[in-house]
Amino acid sequence: MIKKVLVANRGEIARRIIATCRDMGIATVAVFSDPDAGAPFVNEADQAVALGGASPTESYLRIDALLDAAARTGADAVHPGYGFLAENAEFARACVDAGLTFIGPTASTIEAMGSKLESKRIMTEAGVPTLPSREIDPSHPDDVLSAGEAIGYPVLVKASAGGGGKGMRIVRDAADLVEAALGAAREAASSFGDATVFLEKYLDEPRHVEIQVFGDTHGNVISLFERECSIQRRHQKIIEECPSPALDTDLRARMSEAAIAAGKAVSYVGAGTVEFLLDASGAFWFLETNTRLQVEHPVTEMVTGLDLVRLQVIVAEGDPLPPDATEAMIHGHAIEARLYAEDPTNSFLPATGTVHSFSITEDVRVDSAVESGSVVSVHYDPMIAKVIAWAPTRHEAARVLASALAGARIHGVTTNRELLVRILREEEFLAGRTDTHYLERHDPATMGGPLTTDVRRHALAAALFAQGERRRHAGPLASVPSGWRNSPSQLQRTTFRVGTKDIEVGYLFGRTGLTAEVDGDPIDDAILVEESPAGVLLRLGGVQEFYSVTHAGDTWFVDGPEGATTLVELPRFPGQDVEEHTGSLVAPMPGKVIRIDVEEGAVVAKGQVLVVVEAMKMEHSVRSPVAGTVTHITIVEGQQVDGGEVMVVVEDRESE
Amino acid sequence: MPAITSRIDPRSDEFAQTRAENLAILAEYEQLMNESRAGGGPKYVDRHRERGKLLVRERMELLLDRDSPFYELSPIAGWGQSYPISGSNVTGIGVISGVECMLTGHDATIRGGASNPISLAKTLRAQDIATANRLPLVNLVESGGADLPTQADIWLPGGKWFRNLTNMSKAGIPTIAIVFGNSTAGGAYVPGMCDYAVMIKDRSMVFLGGRPLVKMATGEDATEEELGGADMHCRVSGVGDYYAIDEYDALRIGREIVAHLNWRKAGYGPVRAPVEPLYDPEDLLGIVQSDLRKPYDMREVLARVVDGSDIDEYKQLYGQSLLTCWAHIHGFPVGVIANQQGVLFSEEAQKATEFIQLCNQYDQPIIFIHNTTGYMVGTEYEQGGIIKDGAKMINAVANSTVPHIAIMAGSSYGAGNYGMSGHAYRPRFIVGWPTYKGAVMGAEQLSGVLSIVARESAESMGREFDEEADAQRSALIHAQITHEESAFYNSGRVRDDGLIDPRDTRTALGILLSAVHSAPVKGTNEWGVFRM
Repeated sequence: MIKKVLVANRGEIARRIIATCRDMGIATVAVFSDPDAGAPFVNEADQAVALGGASPTESYLRIDALLDAAARTGADAVHPGYGFLAENAEFARACVDAGLTFIGPTASTIEAMGSKLESKRIMTEAGVPTLPSREIDPSHPDDVLSAGEAIGYPVLVKASAGGGGKGMRIVRDAADLVEAALGAAREAASSFGDATVFLEKYLDEPRHVEIQVFGDTHGNVISLFERECSIQRRHQKIIEECPSPALDTDLRARMSEAAIAAGKAVSYVGAGTVEFLLDASGAFWFLETNTRLQVEHPVTEMVTGLDLVRLQVIVAEGDPLPPDATEAMIHGHAIEARLYAEDPTNSFLPATGTVHSFSITEDVRVDSAVESGSVVSVHYDPMIAKVIAWAPTRHEAARVLASALAGARIHGVTTNRELLVRILREEEFLAGRTDTHYLERHDPATMGGPLTTDVRRHALAAALFAQGERRRHAGPLASVPSGWRNSPSQLQRTTFRVGTKDIEVGYLFGRTGLTAEVDGDPIDDAILVEESPAGVLLRLGGVQEFYSVTHAGDTWFVDGPEGATTLVELPRFPGQDVEEHTGSLVAPMPGKVIRIDVEEGAVVAKGQVLVVVEAMKMEHSVRSPVAGTVTHITIVEGQQVDGGEVMVVVEDRESE
Repeated sequence: MPAITSRIDPRSDEFAQTRAENLAILAEYEQLMNESRAGGGPKYVDRHRERGKLLVRERMELLLDRDSPFYELSPIAGWGQSYPISGSNVTGIGVISGVECMLTGHDATIRGGASNPISLAKTLRAQDIATANRLPLVNLVESGGADLPTQADIWLPGGKWFRNLTNMSKAGIPTIAIVFGNSTAGGAYVPGMCDYAVMIKDRSMVFLGGRPLVKMATGEDATEEELGGADMHCRVSGVGDYYAIDEYDALRIGREIVAHLNWRKAGYGPVRAPVEPLYDPEDLLGIVQSDLRKPYDMREVLARVVDGSDIDEYKQLYGQSLLTCWAHIHGFPVGVIANQQGVLFSEEAQKATEFIQLCNQYDQPIIFIHNTTGYMVGTEYEQGGIIKDGAKMINAVANSTVPHIAIMAGSSYGAGNYGMSGHAYRPRFIVGWPTYKGAVMGAEQLSGVLSIVARESAESMGREFDEEADAQRSALIHAQITHEESAFYNSGRVRDDGLIDPRDTRTALGILLSAVHSAPVKGTNEWGVFRM
């Protein structure tokens, strides 16, 4: 019997595991890095042990520190979650050697299935179709190129130890292959501590469908049906569902059979996922096996009513899979949306900052890493929450989920919320026409834009609310009408920046009510019905809407019935603009300089990559905006840079 | 005390007609206000903007706390004279960095902001108010000095401007000058006399004598920057205390200076949470009579001004031509003395005297609401000692030390004006409604009196009285007095602190009472000899 579980993970999955353990009467131990010291999962565990450090290699990937934490707290089991050490055989073995129950498959299974090449061999032997692939050594360009030739383009470069899109690159042209392989190896090394990468045949327009399998120590391997995870950006799943709109009973049975065969071939114990690529004809190929709980496991839980973490614990304790698992059926439809702190309108640039407010009030499941006040740092994956809706039908689930996301209060960090909402309401998605290239057909930069059709209303709401705040906190004359003048000569003015656009709001309260304008255009028939610390009730052209308004310093967050807007108030007294050198290259976001490709004095072409910054585990190439000469380099490799910090100055050739 | 129960009928014809009359007067006033706000007119406003400068009202708006109120003083000063309406400056009370301040600013679109007798009167009045109420004074300076054609009327009295500045400084009332442009000749003493001087790069120009004058006087060739630029004053002469890079920076600095004054108001109010009146101030336009022969019940006015429409009447049944009561306005306690029936009799004068003494006993500011034709005349009243009783009231008013605020609501004639703390009795503020009239007596009475005097004089000398000439003369005098007793005339000569829409009375009093509480609010027990 397991009594105390050490959760060797962070964020939402740590909270998820802690919740089930609590339900099962099992004590929990959290481990945390320095930046996570105040994170919700740390407080929710019964005990917590500081690992120190910030980057994963300094914290969550340190096997010795984790075992030490288990020893100090008397934990008798370890749950690795997903990512980090979840599919690390060495860790699984070390746990067992230390007398701990590892909640997951055995080290040898992880080794067999975790190696993509080995797992393919096993699959082929079990009669499961596989895609051609080759392991490569990026330091031998010729071998890399011949492997690419043998498989045939397009090919996919993947980290052997990886998952979650990290270290993955599609290459359609031999010329790009070596650079892609080197980048993938670097990301793989930093994320998983293993630089091994391989090439794989890449299919156009496939669906990503995976089967959840579960095995126990009594020889049972079952299928808990499929999850369709085709909607992806940069090979990162963002919307997952069960059942898949592409599967009928027959195909589901055939894919489940293949997955079970694969599991049985290695006497699989615990939760695993067998990923397939499915084409329009119903043909499917084995992709890889994940020997862990998946990020998207909640959709399976929502349609089966099972708790997959509970099943993991049961089989880890050596008990057989219970009847509710072996007799599971699909009820209704569940869709999960992954909320990422990133900007879909700007190449999915990861966003950081303080989540001033996070709340979703609709009746949906929210597995979140954050709560109001949490900080999203540069150190880890930018996923901040998963939101899962269940309904009897797919259309209903999509509508509920879209509404929950649209109405969510998420203040302080940019997210992909708008993109998710638009996908969930989009015709092709609703018709089930999803494949992994969905977001190539639907531009995320457009779909990720603001949901509200009229940012001007939000700006007016923010200005009027700010006005009310000032009056509430006024010293003398607080009870006198706002902005009262016996000889009014102008409107009260506030300028906001929304994205890159400035919006100027003017307003004046007079005897006849509110006079308002936005960017100089009068807003006719505007009535401020009520203003309170919660927000403003505005009636514009006879239509009354409530806008919730909050702020953190000069940043105002407006949530209305048609979406949310973040507005940054510009200072009343503009300071002197800091002179920026022409062709200054600034860091796109906080991160670490991992490569500088040029030296001072170098002549560079427009668009040439000068610096590579790693942030939130993604590499960002910073390119020269002009053709010219590099005159200053203010950074060194390995240096941490702030967003907006000048890194390189390129003098325009024409300006010389 | 229960709240006042209003008895007016807003659906009556009389109400509608009164409202229409008042709206017509307010529309006329609004025209004058438009003129006042237009400054030197589009041509000069455009030229000012082309120089990259903010208008004086824009400067003030940026200096004030956002959404806080601003009470402009004497906006139509200059009316009916050869001066531009508003003079050539703006004065008023507003909140800067949480501190109620007196603001004055030259309007450079009017003859370069040069001072004329009207703007001087406004400036001196603003300084008087700032001194009496201990309001920090912020001057937005941009003026070429005296408007030379009017020098005869401003040279000598103008010296008081600088005397006041140093007296204020001595009294510990902060004085701040922000120099936006020229501040030359005598004007150079404004930054020179203020506790704090902010100067703006390439804009401020502060010197006693300009380039041509220096050349004439000493033969020296000097640039204006050398004589009085911000760089010179902030780096060399030390006349400038703060160096601003532009107007916005200067206004930001001005706000910072006030924020760091460590200013604390010395008054004790407000004493309770404000409560809105039960009745709509909008009704006032149907209540307030522009025809002075029609008295109206001041309780109906107070029901739309004071907190919760709640008053505590003192001597309700005695001397009923005068209403005396206690109330709160925006949480500030006040005593109110209001004329009910126009005429002041002995009882009213005695009642007022006692009430003023009581207000002084308990440090309560007094609001005087004028609608009086003066003290009663006639043998009965003379023999009853109306002079002694009027004298008591004037004695009390003159020696009272609690702040007085006069509201010129209707008529304010003769000694009645004195007894009600009129202009000469230095109330802290005089607020006029555009309907008010003030003079020795009404046009009708005055022309009638002169006619009687002339008739009696003719009779005593045995001359035949020329009825036609008398009628002509009476008509002329009537027209003259009608002009001179008007609110516009008085306000145009800075004999009040500006006119307000009656509907704004509560707001105005809230602002002014808060201002008087910047200084200690303290009554007295020292009076002249009351003639009993």
